[in-house]
Amino acid sequence: MSKLPAKIVKVDYLARVEGEGGLFIRVKDNEVKDVKFRIFEPPRFFEAFMRGRDYSEAPDITARICGICPVAYQMSSSQAMEDAFGVQVDGQLRTLRRLLYCGEWIESHALHVYMLHAPDFLGYEDAIQIASKYPEIVKRGLEIKKIGNELMTIVGGREIHPINPRVGGFHRTPLERELKPMIEKLKWALNASLETVKWTSTFNFPDFEYDYEFVSLRHPEEYPITGGRLVSNKGLDISVQDYEKHFQEIHFEHANALHSEHIGVGPYHVGPLARYSLNFDKLSSKTQKAAREAGLGKQCFNPFKSIIVRSVELAYACEESIRIIEQYKRPEKSFIEIKPKQGTGYGCTEAPRGILYHRYRLANDGTILEAKIVPPTSQNQKTIETDLYHFVKKNISLPEDKLTWQCEQAVRNYDPCISCATHFLKLEIEHE
Amino acid sequence: MKKKAKPKLAVWKFSSCDGCQLSILDCEDELLAVADAVHIANFPEASRAVVKGPYDISLVEGSITTPHDAERIHGIRRQSKLLISIGACATAGGIQALKNFCDVKEFISAVYASPEYIHTLSKSTPISDHVKVDFELRGCPVDKYQLVEVLNAFLNGRKPNTPHYSVCIECKRRGVVCRMVAHDQICLGPVTQAGCNALCPSYDRGCFGCFGPKETPNTSSIAEYWSKKGISNRDLIRTFRGINAYAKEFRLESESHE
Repeated sequence: MSKLPAKIVKVDYLARVEGEGGLFIRVKDNEVKDVKFRIFEPPRFFEAFMRGRDYSEAPDITARICGICPVAYQMSSSQAMEDAFGVQVDGQLRTLRRLLYCGEWIESHALHVYMLHAPDFLGYEDAIQIASKYPEIVKRGLEIKKIGNELMTIVGGREIHPINPRVGGFHRTPLERELKPMIEKLKWALNASLETVKWTSTFNFPDFEYDYEFVSLRHPEEYPITGGRLVSNKGLDISVQDYEKHFQEIHFEHANALHSEHIGVGPYHVGPLARYSLNFDKLSSKTQKAAREAGLGKQCFNPFKSIIVRSVELAYACEESIRIIEQYKRPEKSFIEIKPKQGTGYGCTEAPRGILYHRYRLANDGTILEAKIVPPTSQNQKTIETDLYHFVKKNISLPEDKLTWQCEQAVRNYDPCISCATHFLKLEIEHE
Repeated sequence: MKKKAKPKLAVWKFSSCDGCQLSILDCEDELLAVADAVHIANFPEASRAVVKGPYDISLVEGSITTPHDAERIHGIRRQSKLLISIGACATAGGIQALKNFCDVKEFISAVYASPEYIHTLSKSTPISDHVKVDFELRGCPVDKYQLVEVLNAFLNGRKPNTPHYSVCIECKRRGVVCRMVAHDQICLGPVTQAGCNALCPSYDRGCFGCFGPKETPNTSSIAEYWSKKGISNRDLIRTFRGINAYAKEFRLESESHE
């Protein structure tokens, strides 16, 4: 009796993601035998060389973990330091941080939706190919992205590795007249984002759903960006300080990044799909309506539809930025004075790709003794592999080139930030 | 008349945060024009499409930190007519060069439970330590307008117009009040290459050296000035040992205070 030939899906270098990764899937006798989302991005040892640095350097140093979401690193690390020193940043300073973060969401989501992810749905290899046929669409995406970058530049000083945030607030707060002209631009971006929701909802989505454990922050008043408790759709509800009691990392040979798991539960899912499904009620009525019209429910379990959810969040971030700028009054002081003391601090915020957790142990004079950073892609890594396993199982009859492209797309659903994932923390458990 | 083939551009990544490559995609107004002027032949962050070399221009981001990458850069050099390294990682080893001052074995066992899986060199080094580089564009990240200028210059066969003087010149031009003299802050501006348009001083903070040492910087003089003001050796080391820690002049200055 003849056996079905073994099938191998192999992508040596994943395109249109941030960082260096590949893909390996082996199918034998119609069964998926092996799934590896390989991360070969070289390690950069941030946690190790953070030791001995001053607490005040954390926002500038950790920003360098990622060129796409530096603000997430600056916010989570600043929060952790403030937590250790017992400082609360609130009022306009807190709101200004949210505004800067919205700029990052706009820039990053527009980049992912238009340049990294949409080409898959339209059958093109990149956005520039799309532009040759639909220049207006690509120009719209670039314009939204540019507005996000402009917002980051005004509040943060520049779009990549902003220089303005500091522990306790900002070096310099923007003048009202610097921010106000952004309102008109953001109104345009809001409309363009709502168009983006409509546009992405017309794509063809593979019929694929999975019963994920979604994990995100949840805040009593806000759609989560800069804070809240950690919750899941499977009953988790904990403070950020308790993160490590519930989540741990494991080191595998095939990836220069650690896999996270919910202890005793397994893989979990962070990012836009998780945030949306756990916080639909906190979206504005306008974005809720756009989501419904795009055919989304209050929760979404199809990872391929993350492109619609990202577009909904894109619109939300534009709307939220307008609201913040309209109410902005320049605070008298740009930062809260910090008095270092010995202790441990925790921080967690919603990077565009999901929760980003930081913990620091500090000496009396504010010297960092220990650093632990868990980026979203490490947390999603196991979930990405699980998706690939189930997706390939379901679509085993697809021609190999099509299956390969769709597997790449399944990885890009997560907008993985591989450089972020590739720098680790101290392990909590031993590899067997 | 036969149309001249567009020059082939390739973008390569080594150990980095991707920020300098992202600067290309952040040229929202210029991107489609750039895509029109060159054939983007290899740029994995932006496209699945790969066209074989040789390439007219290679932009290289990131530093060399693994034995594999130390090999890979030679292949890229062979395929590239012009090789331009972009950003602090590619021109000076980047922030990850902070490991160069430590025992990397201790680092690995501190962060990994299974150190045998990790293949890393003991140092993070710039591209020019490994192959000939035709031009280095500084910055953490690079300035996107400088990046367009460099591409434009090479496409038109001229020398890029990027400054080698200090950030101080930019402060004076912008009318930004001196952070050191008027605010008693540590500022690397006097020894750092211009290119950011005095960004940090314009946001009320001292420069922390994103663009690396300027041409012939007098680091010992500025270090002595700060010492007299009561800045400790530990803080002097930290100041020079940042984004461009392994750039020669900053490295030597930080080592002299150990």
